[in-house]
Amino acid sequence: MSNKLIDLQNISKSFGGNLVLDELDLYIRENEFLTLLGPSGCGKTTTLRIIGGFETPDTGSVLFEGKDITNLAPDKREVNTVFQKYALFPHMTIAENIAFGLKIRKKSASYIKDKIRYALKLVNLDGYEKRMPDSLSGGQQQRIAIARAIVNEPKVLLLDEPLGALDLKLRQDMQYELIRLKNELGITFIYVTHDQEEALTMSDTIVVMNQGYIQQIGTPEQVYNEPENAFVADFIGDSNILPGIMIRDELVEILGARFDCVDKGFGENNPVDVVIRPEDIDLVSPGEGTIEGIVTDTIFKGVHYEMCVMSRGFEFIVHSTDYYPENIKVDLKVNPFDIQIMHKPESEDEKAVEIDERLP
Amino acid sequence: MKKTVGRLYLTLVLIFLYAPIATLMVLSFNSSKSRAHWGGFTFEWYLGLISNEEIMDAFRTTLILAFLSAFIATVLGTAACTGMQFMRRRYRSIIMGITNIPMLNADIVTGVSLMLLFIAARVSMGFTTVLLSHITFNIPYVILSVMPRYRELNKSTYEAALDLGAGPVYAFFKVVLPDLMGAVLSGFLMSFTMSLDDFIITHFTQGPGFDTLSTKIYSEVKKGINPEIYALSTIMFLAVLILLFFVNYRPHLDKENVKK
Ligand SMILES: Nc1ncnc2c1ncn2[C@@H]1O[C@H](COP(=O)(O)OP(=O)(O)O)[C@@H](O)[C@H]1O
Ligand SMILES: [Mg+2]
Repeated sequence: MSNKLIDLQNISKSFGGNLVLDELDLYIRENEFLTLLGPSGCGKTTTLRIIGGFETPDTGSVLFEGKDITNLAPDKREVNTVFQKYALFPHMTIAENIAFGLKIRKKSASYIKDKIRYALKLVNLDGYEKRMPDSLSGGQQQRIAIARAIVNEPKVLLLDEPLGALDLKLRQDMQYELIRLKNELGITFIYVTHDQEEALTMSDTIVVMNQGYIQQIGTPEQVYNEPENAFVADFIGDSNILPGIMIRDELVEILGARFDCVDKGFGENNPVDVVIRPEDIDLVSPGEGTIEGIVTDTIFKGVHYEMCVMSRGFEFIVHSTDYYPENIKVDLKVNPFDIQIMHKPESEDEKAVEIDERLP
Repeated sequence: MKKTVGRLYLTLVLIFLYAPIATLMVLSFNSSKSRAHWGGFTFEWYLGLISNEEIMDAFRTTLILAFLSAFIATVLGTAACTGMQFMRRRYRSIIMGITNIPMLNADIVTGVSLMLLFIAARVSMGFTTVLLSHITFNIPYVILSVMPRYRELNKSTYEAALDLGAGPVYAFFKVVLPDLMGAVLSGFLMSFTMSLDDFIITHFTQGPGFDTLSTKIYSEVKKGINPEIYALSTIMFLAVLILLFFVNYRPHLDKENVKK
């Protein structure tokens, strides 16, 4: 209870009749790297702006260390934001940009100078004090934006798709930089992205959102291995999502074949959704597996082969380091603990039940 | 063939547009008072202006009026644009429409209605009424100049300033205004020019004993044409020309500054 740094309670927000956040509940722990992940338009930025103080929720409240800050102005909050488009001040030098917040806090000139040097070192841009923002590349500007935020020693750093505008190589480098920064500074990060790989790489906790609802909260392993519904399964990585019937506890019928699994509590003979990750399917010789199929397509992906296997009218995606040529007959085998059973959603955007299984 | 016709046409248009002003300029250097014959080159009329107390008085009034009205209109217009940023888009375009109308309105209508308003409000005519009128007709020009710049402004720099602990006022002056400065200066120069340029509205709102250069020229011309007036008109034309040049070339100058 005491280490809830930020607590969003029952937050709703709509823009001109368009409901963007619907009764959202979420808390962020001290020192956590929490990522809001979801497709574009699902309300991630809006959530972040409510925490930063740039939007006021229609209902609900925002608590910071137990105090209600719902209506507190952004300049009075102990959080700093790294904006999607950097938002450096174009007419100020890099040093002046970084010093902006410190000057407002009336820090001494020598303190400011030290801080600027420290922050530039931290983001690997020593010696850039006198440069103007538009003489820097996108990645450098991004790092200055981060430096400008962290010199103020905020308790929480909010980052809105900070790597969105960078190319792939730079993005991967920056991911490691950010993790390093987070560990060095020991502050809480709230990170927004629509890139599942980014989320899986960096986060302690992932909050999967869709259409203003939280679909699942969990560690990267949890949302990847145990998606709570078809949306999460589909959004996080490639997966085979197919309808099934839960015969009884630990036994599910898929495409007319019965698979052992480890899930319980879905009742008997109930329709469910089943997720099987491509890398969890083993291809074996005919007669050795649970269900038969035929390889329809094989592509080499560098580390593994990606194959399509047609089985009883469903096309499975399979990742394997073993090569199977097209048109060969195979059997599919899946370990019981690699089969993930989910409730069928009652409607398209049904709110997922939020079970908080986060590790302390 | 087509080219020559085109050139000829262009020349005719230019002659048509600038012949009157050229005539005026030539006559302002004519030592003979006659408009019909050239008596030799002279600066006499220009020098005469400087020693003419009334004209120098009107000149000072005109400058003070242009500066004050442009300055106040720039402050008010920029503030108005800032306010409009926080409006819903629909209301914003309605307000923009309303502020644009006075620019298209005939000066004489604006002048007469301002005069009627001042009379109805029992304000005695003089510097204050002219100043108020000039501020009124200048504000739309400032808005016209500043508003487009506001729209292309990166809104998140303002939010970034707040995020770093700046109050709204500090953020505006430190972060937003420097970005707007080019457009604000253009608005100021445009207003300054409009104020220098105005005759009709000043004519209807001026009191006794108050003259700007243009109303002075008008009353002198009524008394009888005098070469000093040619000289004065030439100066005014050149002043406005130079100002317009600055208004139009400012954006380019801005861009060059940024590159440095
Ligand atoms: N200021 C605003 N006015 C109107 N609609 C908005 C505003 N901000 C966001 N929206 C709408 O809210 C929805 C969610 O936006 P956002 O939170 O930016 O999504 P995300 O960051 O997940 O892409 C979108 O449909 C967007 O159009
Ligand atoms: Mg967004």
